[in-house]
Amino acid sequence: MSRDLLKFLAFAVLVLLAPLYFKGGYLMNVLVFVGIHTMLAIGLNLLLGYAGQISLGHAGFFGMGAYLSGILTATYAWNPWLAMPLAALLVGALAFMIGFPILKLKGHYLAMATLGMGIIIYIVFNETIDLTGGPSGLSGIPSLSIGTFTFDSDVKNYYLIWSITLGTILLTLNLANSRVGRALRAVHDSEVAARVVGVNARLLKVQIFALSAVISSVAGSLYAHTMTFVAPASFGFNFSVELLTMVVIGGLGSIYGSFLGAALLTLLPEFLRAAHDYDIIIYGGLLMLMVMFMPGGLVRGIPDLFRMLVKGRGGDGHA
Amino acid sequence: MRFRFIQFLAAAFTLCIAQAAVAAAPIKIGALFAVTGPAAFLGEPERNTAKMVVDEINKAGGVKGRKLELVTYDTAGDATKAVQLATKLIKDDKVVAIIGPSTTGETMAVIPVVEKEQIPLISCSAGSKITDPVKKWVFKTAQNDSLAVAKIFEYLQKQKQNKVAILTVSDGFGSSGREQLKAQAAKFGINIVSDDTYGPKDTDMTAQLTKIRGSQAQALIVWGTNPGPAVIAKNAKQLGLKLPLYMSHGVSSKKFIDLAGDAAEGIRLPSGKVLVADVLSNSDSQKKSLLAFVKDYQNHYKTEGDHFGGHAWDAVMLIKTAVEQGAESPAAIRDQLEKTKNFHGIGGTFNFSSQDHAGLGKDAFVLVEIKNKDWVIVK
Amino acid sequence: MQFDQLLQYSLSGLSTGAIYALIGIGFSIIYNATGIINFAQGEFVMLGGMFTLLFLETFKLPLWAAIPCAIAASTVAGMLFERLAIRPLRQPTPINLVIITIGGSILIRGLSMLAWGKDTHAIPPFSGDDPISIAGATILPQHLWILAITILIVFVNRFYFYHTISGKAMRACSYNRRAAGLVGIDVRRMVLFSFIISSAMGAVAGIIVAPLTMTAYDVGVMLGLKGFCAAIIGGMSSGMATVVGGLLLGVLESLGAGLISSGYKDAIAFIILLLILFIRPQGLFGKAESERV
Repeated sequence: MSRDLLKFLAFAVLVLLAPLYFKGGYLMNVLVFVGIHTMLAIGLNLLLGYAGQISLGHAGFFGMGAYLSGILTATYAWNPWLAMPLAALLVGALAFMIGFPILKLKGHYLAMATLGMGIIIYIVFNETIDLTGGPSGLSGIPSLSIGTFTFDSDVKNYYLIWSITLGTILLTLNLANSRVGRALRAVHDSEVAARVVGVNARLLKVQIFALSAVISSVAGSLYAHTMTFVAPASFGFNFSVELLTMVVIGGLGSIYGSFLGAALLTLLPEFLRAAHDYDIIIYGGLLMLMVMFMPGGLVRGIPDLFRMLVKGRGGDGHA
Repeated sequence: MRFRFIQFLAAAFTLCIAQAAVAAAPIKIGALFAVTGPAAFLGEPERNTAKMVVDEINKAGGVKGRKLELVTYDTAGDATKAVQLATKLIKDDKVVAIIGPSTTGETMAVIPVVEKEQIPLISCSAGSKITDPVKKWVFKTAQNDSLAVAKIFEYLQKQKQNKVAILTVSDGFGSSGREQLKAQAAKFGINIVSDDTYGPKDTDMTAQLTKIRGSQAQALIVWGTNPGPAVIAKNAKQLGLKLPLYMSHGVSSKKFIDLAGDAAEGIRLPSGKVLVADVLSNSDSQKKSLLAFVKDYQNHYKTEGDHFGGHAWDAVMLIKTAVEQGAESPAAIRDQLEKTKNFHGIGGTFNFSSQDHAGLGKDAFVLVEIKNKDWVIVK
Repeated sequence: MQFDQLLQYSLSGLSTGAIYALIGIGFSIIYNATGIINFAQGEFVMLGGMFTLLFLETFKLPLWAAIPCAIAASTVAGMLFERLAIRPLRQPTPINLVIITIGGSILIRGLSMLAWGKDTHAIPPFSGDDPISIAGATILPQHLWILAITILIVFVNRFYFYHTISGKAMRACSYNRRAAGLVGIDVRRMVLFSFIISSAMGAVAGIIVAPLTMTAYDVGVMLGLKGFCAAIIGGMSSGMATVVGGLLLGVLESLGAGLISSGYKDAIAFIILLLILFIRPQGLFGKAESERV
């Protein structure tokens, strides 16, 4: 446990010091989104990596958090700090309710059902124009503030979002190492066996589904307040797939893996921009290569690669 | 380990920018266009045109001896990306003004950024709400969709057709059009008897059209961008729908006629004058700009320039004119833009003021009809 | 509500549904032989249409010659995809397979965008576009082509899977890959075969719908998704059940758009889909399986 804590502290220090290096440039802004995406990836990873249940509809929960916060604060002038937990609560409750029938499904049926759920949520964003502003989006969402201190610059947002993200990481690390985490892994390996030893597998899965939706919703609220604008296009099927990719590329069942996956997929377009129209090809190709050559994800692939390099060099030395 | 890698990339990245800054004589203009993704039909001609115009200005010696430098990024039609890239243009590239984005959603997302950083933005998207209410740093060159709607309604009023059906696409363009259609109908004594939508990727709209056929409508207005309206035109022909068909300026390009084929015959739509540049009367104040643009685009890209590209043409020229008047800083360019009067561009004749950052009047549109696979002006 | 309106909704729905069915069968074939949900299936639909366009316009072939060429070209693409992406996979876990097919679909879409640009293109109908009237409702000759080809393919499929050696071998793979391997079936070859068949079928679907829906580099996403739904409703069968699934989806969409709300038509279709899944988690026609521990 203490080693885990050390690892976390080292990571937290790195994260908190990073702005000193980037000095408020544009990358700062991208790193804010890395933070939001990390939260989302962790949320999905709980479900996929720990409980072994796929979801192709998580962008829907993310969007609900963003829209609930956005509508409550922009249209009804609520306090954002009140709107955010309420949004999370509502999204969590909804996920809990649909969790029971949806998680009864397995494999590709589950993929299909969550995909359908995501698309239905997306269509609702698009069609309830009086409430959400429809396809052209909802603007005028206020930035978050504490007293007179407003989070209106990238650096301020960076610290705000990363402290919440770090909190989420701590929470999930604890969860993963707790009784619940062990029970989850049992469900992942064999649901029947888990049931036999007295784990209420069904309830557990639904609870994790709801927790994962709550995390996504909070990330959504934060997204709405940083962007100060939301539009349905950000919460479509493509984004659900992107989230799934982050989790898998990072490494299933690894919290830091989720960070790596989120960071890679968020930063990648920045470096591919020079490639212009070719970026989509490089992106697709890279995705395939990653799965082919790092099937365990970055979190296992990078140390392997490192070891291979060191070994290779050692071998040369002997010869 | 991983941080070292990111640091390295970031360092390499800042180095590039630093190098660019050494030779910082040119005036930097940023541009955000949706070159890929669902709005690529807007972003691509816009980017092409902007590049073409800037190259030409530079070839002719630049503006007041200084070259222009265009930094363009592809937003892929995504609001999140647009905001990130706007920040990048302002913070890293240090541009004095931004052209774009291509869609209303992206523009609305970017507005808070430019307002805060105080950089003038000339949007190339049509949504009326971009400049209504007026925002200090935001201008636009695309004709407001409210003008296009007014053009159709005026004509319908003359034809004494007061019961219409509307069929709009469920994306930003369609929903903004639908809003305008519903808002202005009463003013022209028009009654919307059927209000339907279709998805941007839908492949069959016979269900909606069957419903409309069963309604009281005397005319059908379709608001969308390719390929949806072409599918609708074909579906309408299949169903033998007898209603006169009106479409939006979103399909005012040759591409639509290619796609819809025979089904396009007789469709009327409001369009920027660029489509009919060659048949405009010589007294038209825009004719000179229009013909120059059409010819230029044809020479560069081997396809016809459309009015989407025209939005970028207007935006670059507006900035150029402002710089010619002595403006160099973002604030000065903004002030100069607001003083623009009688600028004869592609989209129309612009007259900006502190109350109007859209700057166009009703004459920006003409109503055209498709006859024998070509455009004819409807009088 | 008039009868001819209702008939028109149903006819329109059936003809769109036939397309979903055809794409859905492509999903099922690969799934049954390999256990892979091939998210790149929609891209082969797109390739069918785009290759037809290429042979028509660039090589100036007549339509009857362009179509087989396009099917062949797409099939080669499908083979390459299996050889280069699926077979070399070191850990073919279901989730890795999902990601790799998603990566593949992005790649294919990107390459097509570079090769053919972003414009939408029209393809001429097979036999004119004079509408045919049936009791007040109309359809196009192309719709008849779609229905006829879908039915034909279902029968050919049935013949292949039940009356030929390689078809039976592929079915054996779908029941139990290990056992199939033990009785001497070359499982890897069957996987390649399944990709060949389903990419060819995807291409056929893409070609016969292109005259109605037009084609562009990005049409595969939505069509693929709808095909996937059809396959799920049909319980991932490669026969009539998926066809019924596709037709059901098409009719639901069409009736939803005509009778309830055009904006929510996809939502209506998906809600019904979810209800079906909640009530019958094994698909509309599937038999409940008992789980082995």
